[in-house]
Amino acid sequence: MDDVNRQKLVILGNGMAGARVAEEILKRDPAGALFDITVIGAEPHGNYNRILLSNILNGSQTEEEITMNPIGWYAANGIQLLIGTPAIGINLAKRRVMLLDGRQIPYDKLIVATGSRPFVPPIPGIDLYGVYTFRTLEDCKSIARFARQSGVAAVIGGGLLGLEAAKGLLTHGPAVHVVEMAPHLMAVQVDSAGGTILGRTVAGLGVTAHCNKATVEILSDEGSRVRGLKFKDGSELACDMVVISAGIRPNAELAKEAGLVVERAIVVDDHLKTSDPRVYAVGECAQHAGKVYGLVAPIWDQCAALADHITGVKVAGAYSGSLIATKLKVMGVNVGSMGERDAQPMDEVVRYEEAERGIYKKLIIRDGRLAGAILVGDTEAYDELLGKLRSGAALPARRAELLFGAAPAADFSLAGLPDDKQVCDCNGVCKGKIVEAIQAGKTTVHSVGKATRAGTGCGSCRKMIAGLIEAVAGELKADPAEAYYVPAIPMDKPALAAEVKKRGLRAVSAVMEALATREDEKSKMGLAILLRSIWGREYIDERDCRFVNDRLHGNIQKDGTFSVIPRIYGGVTTADELMKIATVARKYNVPTVKLTGGQRIDLLGIKKEDLPAVWSDLGMTCGYAYTKAFRTCKTCVGSDWCRFGTNDSTALGIAIEKKFQGLETPAKVKMAVSGCPRNCAEATTKDVGIIATEGGEWELFVGGACGVSVRKGDVLCRVKSQDEAIRMVARFMQYYQEHARYLERTYDFVPRIGLERLRAILIEDAEGLCAGLDERVHASLEAAVDPWVEDTRAGAKYPGQFEGLRRVALPVLA
Amino acid sequence: MPSIHMTPAAPAEFVAVCDVEELPIGLGRAFQVGPAAIAIFRTRRDHVFAIDNRCPHKGGPMAEGMLAGDQAVCPLHSFRFESASGRCDQEGMCPIAVYPLEIRDGQVFVNPTPLNERR
Repeated sequence: MDDVNRQKLVILGNGMAGARVAEEILKRDPAGALFDITVIGAEPHGNYNRILLSNILNGSQTEEEITMNPIGWYAANGIQLLIGTPAIGINLAKRRVMLLDGRQIPYDKLIVATGSRPFVPPIPGIDLYGVYTFRTLEDCKSIARFARQSGVAAVIGGGLLGLEAAKGLLTHGPAVHVVEMAPHLMAVQVDSAGGTILGRTVAGLGVTAHCNKATVEILSDEGSRVRGLKFKDGSELACDMVVISAGIRPNAELAKEAGLVVERAIVVDDHLKTSDPRVYAVGECAQHAGKVYGLVAPIWDQCAALADHITGVKVAGAYSGSLIATKLKVMGVNVGSMGERDAQPMDEVVRYEEAERGIYKKLIIRDGRLAGAILVGDTEAYDELLGKLRSGAALPARRAELLFGAAPAADFSLAGLPDDKQVCDCNGVCKGKIVEAIQAGKTTVHSVGKATRAGTGCGSCRKMIAGLIEAVAGELKADPAEAYYVPAIPMDKPALAAEVKKRGLRAVSAVMEALATREDEKSKMGLAILLRSIWGREYIDERDCRFVNDRLHGNIQKDGTFSVIPRIYGGVTTADELMKIATVARKYNVPTVKLTGGQRIDLLGIKKEDLPAVWSDLGMTCGYAYTKAFRTCKTCVGSDWCRFGTNDSTALGIAIEKKFQGLETPAKVKMAVSGCPRNCAEATTKDVGIIATEGGEWELFVGGACGVSVRKGDVLCRVKSQDEAIRMVARFMQYYQEHARYLERTYDFVPRIGLERLRAILIEDAEGLCAGLDERVHASLEAAVDPWVEDTRAGAKYPGQFEGLRRVALPVLA
Repeated sequence: MPSIHMTPAAPAEFVAVCDVEELPIGLGRAFQVGPAAIAIFRTRRDHVFAIDNRCPHKGGPMAEGMLAGDQAVCPLHSFRFESASGRCDQEGMCPIAVYPLEIRDGQVFVNPTPLNERR
């Protein structure tokens, strides 16, 4: 490390903000290449979590447990720590911090993180024995020691910290009173109705609250011991111990004396820079845009923004203020508060109160957006409300949904996932990246996909992405594109089909020219299927609207070769067929011969230029194992051989493959037939599955899946014969063909349409569609041509269809 | 026969590759031109362009891909590349090499030194 280039960075203050900003800087500069860091702390500790001090007071946690950065942490991270030595001055001109022990610490950059101290009201008796402030670890230890022999303790201040102190005091024995100047407890966070409910709950815990009481004097006995409090209204309260928790004041004196601009606290700009460009301030001692924050979340925001700026990670990244929102547990009572506390005259206020259970909820709604919320007793809805407040999202018309946390539990667990958790396993996209995109304004699954690739592979994570959008942005923007048949044309399938017919568009290029709003290759593939189903023989087949698999009738592999899978009807083959396959595998040096999950044989690694010869040597029909079409029908051996088989599943499977081969579909369709309920062909997890039942019937399942999604198919009907089974499958296939979106699998299609409705249409013929469906599926099947035959019979369909890399010699020079 | 010592032409030279009519409409074809494997595409609007035949993502054979307007789409994972700049539509993916191409009398000529590698 080159010391010459490292700047001396001094952080004045080793509390929550000081230690945090050091951590944030190290996170951005892990090698410590930029700064030589020194942290100065007045307290003789590492950094501890001040929020948990009440747990030290009530003894539920130890000092070690609330320590965030033990002394060893600093050295381990190359930070010099000077503790127990308060600073007494800053010399801006000489760029030095003066310590009480006489040392002077030079800096190139200084971060003032001196925090705040308790406000001690200037009243007589404040220096008596038995009067404590509640701010540091040392305070807690002293309070606990004194409380053990105290009879009655009074806490001045009924805010968050005051109640925390009261709770801590209770554990040590004394009767506890809380004295508050405002008309109710926790006046900063909740309104009077909420404060009243809170007061009742607190009273139930054994703390007596006195509101509207301004303390004017702490009374003493003849010696210097506390004997009571005297209030402005003349009344008194007897007590032998006082804890002061009447708010905090920024520690801004050193800064002010040094000459920095200080108002209520040290004034900083959007980079947390003070009036001296070498000096920053962060935390409770800083004032940004007129606000001084006393909560931890805004301080974390500031530390991150400061670190961004000082390390140059994000030069433009600026701090723009924080939303004030807190969720906490005070004396066992959940309290949440965000945004504005009190309604303006024109605001809509939604209120729910249940005094018996100590529950109070209030929403302030302005122009249809959330402006503030208070939750006492039940903070279940906090996260969702905060999301709405942050995003400014429109609120549900039924406001009650907001009060009672309508969001599904899944959202909360999604929001809680670590940033490095991979969401899209196809493209390796982690949650953090997706959240970044959402925060950059991508609020549809599609736009997140475009920005990050997440969800653009198998699509199984799209529901999770939708959940993340809801959790992060507050709501999922309705994506009109979800209803489009193909992405490039803003029309659903019926509208698009009608338009295509009206204009007589018979070629994909003509449809794209006339209707598309952008170029998109996947849309061309979807249109091809639609146009063929509309125009039949009149369809103009342009090969450039086909994906390579559909041009070469095989599945492209990662090395650019293809896989060839001939059809093996119902998974039943013969010695002759196997010998044909074996001969081809030998002749073309096929590197891998593999049994597929669909009961067929895959020849992998076939070169493009060999495809036509392989097809004709095989002399078998195409298995369609590469495209959006009916694929295969898996079977078990059935009643021919199996001792449990109740019906002839292989015969039905073979008949199905013969019937439906060559049928193009919106997405791939896999089928299976099992000869008994043992279901060896796994028919319940197929797009269409058939199971023989005892008594000679067949049960038809639709919408099953066992791939990226797993879904048990729904029982469509029971039929008595194979013919009837085939007729019902055909009818379902045609209805799916006509009504599914491109790439919509049956496992999405069936639940979308609904099983009851499907039954009504396909079995009861409630819409009078059956005759037409039966007719059209028959016509499609009649027109189907085996692509291996079609494309070898008359040679290549376009220049270069079956040619590999063409070599062109460079011209030679003599 | 006198022996002739032959050396390839300087890489900046254009090389005749094929006739335009040998290119499928709306698709591409692959050519090995000297050291370079080049995919030449012909769009429906008869714009002809040449890019590397190897996708910078996972080496997919670009010539087998589809066209989305003037963008070539890799057949393996659908990364798209612009014909003029070679730029990819995905963040963090380097551009694909683009080769200078000319059409003279219905014949396609390419220069096997990519445009984006020149200074």
